Amino acid sequence: MRISKWLVPSLYILFLMLPIYWLVSMSFKTTNEILRGFSLFPQEFTLENYAKIFSDPTWYWGYINSLAYVSMNTVLSVAVALPAAYAFSRYRFLGDKHLFFWLLTNRMAPAAVFALPFLQLYSSIGLFDTYIAVALAHTLFNVPLAVWILEGFMSGVPKELDETAYVDGHSFPSFFFKIFLPTIAAGIGVAIFFCFMFSWVELLLAKTLTSVEAKPIAAVMTRTASTSGYELGLLAAAGTLTIIPGAIVIWFVRNYIAKGFALGRV
Amino acid sequence: MNKTVNQKAWFLVLPVIVLVAFNAIIPLMTVVNYSLQETFGDNTFFWSGVRWYEEILHSDRFWASLGRQLFFTFTILLIEVPLGVAIALTMPKKGPWVSVCLVLMSLPLLIPWNVVGAMWNIFALPDIGLLGYLLNAIGFDFNYTRQTGDAWFTLITMDVWHWTSLVVLLAYAGLVSIPDAYYQAALIDGASKWKIFRFIQLPKMKRVLTIAILLRFMDSFNIYTEPKVLTGGGPGNSTTLLSIDLDKIALGQFDLGPAGAMSLIYFLIILLTSWIFYTLMMRNEEQ
Repeated sequence: MRISKWLVPSLYILFLMLPIYWLVSMSFKTTNEILRGFSLFPQEFTLENYAKIFSDPTWYWGYINSLAYVSMNTVLSVAVALPAAYAFSRYRFLGDKHLFFWLLTNRMAPAAVFALPFLQLYSSIGLFDTYIAVALAHTLFNVPLAVWILEGFMSGVPKELDETAYVDGHSFPSFFFKIFLPTIAAGIGVAIFFCFMFSWVELLLAKTLTSVEAKPIAAVMTRTASTSGYELGLLAAAGTLTIIPGAIVIWFVRNYIAKGFALGRV
Repeated sequence: MNKTVNQKAWFLVLPVIVLVAFNAIIPLMTVVNYSLQETFGDNTFFWSGVRWYEEILHSDRFWASLGRQLFFTFTILLIEVPLGVAIALTMPKKGPWVSVCLVLMSLPLLIPWNVVGAMWNIFALPDIGLLGYLLNAIGFDFNYTRQTGDAWFTLITMDVWHWTSLVVLLAYAGLVSIPDAYYQAALIDGASKWKIFRFIQLPKMKRVLTIAILLRFMDSFNIYTEPKVLTGGGPGNSTTLLSIDLDKIALGQFDLGPAGAMSLIYFLIILLTSWIFYTLMMRNEEQ
């Protein structure tokens, strides 16, 4: 029994790591070696692929661009979702349930449907090829998710907390920022994690809304793949580097994810 | 929780409404516009009524894509949900290994979707990819770029690899929220493992599992980038899911009318299914 308990998660993690290992291993090979045939480990270990990415502005600016709009989107999504989630968790108001479902419907809209209209919309207001355009476009699916997650956490906080604070003479803003937000810190952590995640991994809208100035790393990768032949080693190195920001974010919120989910209704 | 009626709460929701309405309503109206008009590419539009809708609903191509889409979505749900629950049940509940498990398991969730597609594209190649090479080495004739069955196998394995962790995370969160007292009571009653699962763990996970299923349903129905990069819909049209078909019509052939109509039909299917699911979930919660 004890062995089988360890076996399932270990096998699953092994299954998850294999494709990642393959990507990382390719990033240390030359493109020639990759194409020559199958080899489990890099035979001619090289750092050339990484050197190229860190010395070519098109490449490293791709990372900076991506991180810029992802951070803007995360801050914006969580900031507007906080008061809304508070309203949904504490009050009943005209059309609240319908509004909540309408918000969720935006999580369901296929990005393929919206790509072209988004391009026209953001071009017409002069935001095409800016961080703001991508950050705003990604709120379409991140704001509903953030409201959903935060509402769950806030509903888990007893209402007596609010009432006691008002009796103690706190105004609404002072209660909200000084007492309420620290109480649901775990929930905010989880919301930040999910907003970061969905904005970081999305490519279709990010690629459609940018051309040069704000081009995300994923778009740099696909364009390189089509223009300069098929430089597999370089692409593998770029792919490996896209895993790192995500890994750092998970490391910071790991305790929130375990504890956080348990506290909220989520 | 008892909620007080307060119409001023609308002011707290207002920023969200403005932001989402800007992003949702204007583009959606653009799509509605396209779907009702005809254009010859010179920026003049003619009213065409519901013609495009009739055309889409009568085209075999649309129904074939929808069929493939449904097959894909239900297959991955049938694999990912039970597997996710099983893994969450066997994960350690406390100690340093919890963090390690959570971090490693979350990794696939944070890889950009085109990288996921590209990664599996190479990983499954029969000559230079680990998976394809191993399958051929143990005697399978595996080549996902040529054989339909292999392409589907790769597509589904990729999605299981990519998204099972989301189910694990949510199910695990539901499990750790169960107080120890429940287990002690079960122990005194001499309940079997299966009974503990059926009457304690499963009911406690109900809400998180509903969220997991809803999220996985919506996202798998919308899946675009990964299959696009992995197989490009091929071989032939055998893995052309709805969004890839839509992309071929809208951006490939630039037929905005049919693409608009198809988008709306597509959106309505997801909307309707999710609404039924959501209503059932809310009704359960009120009981």
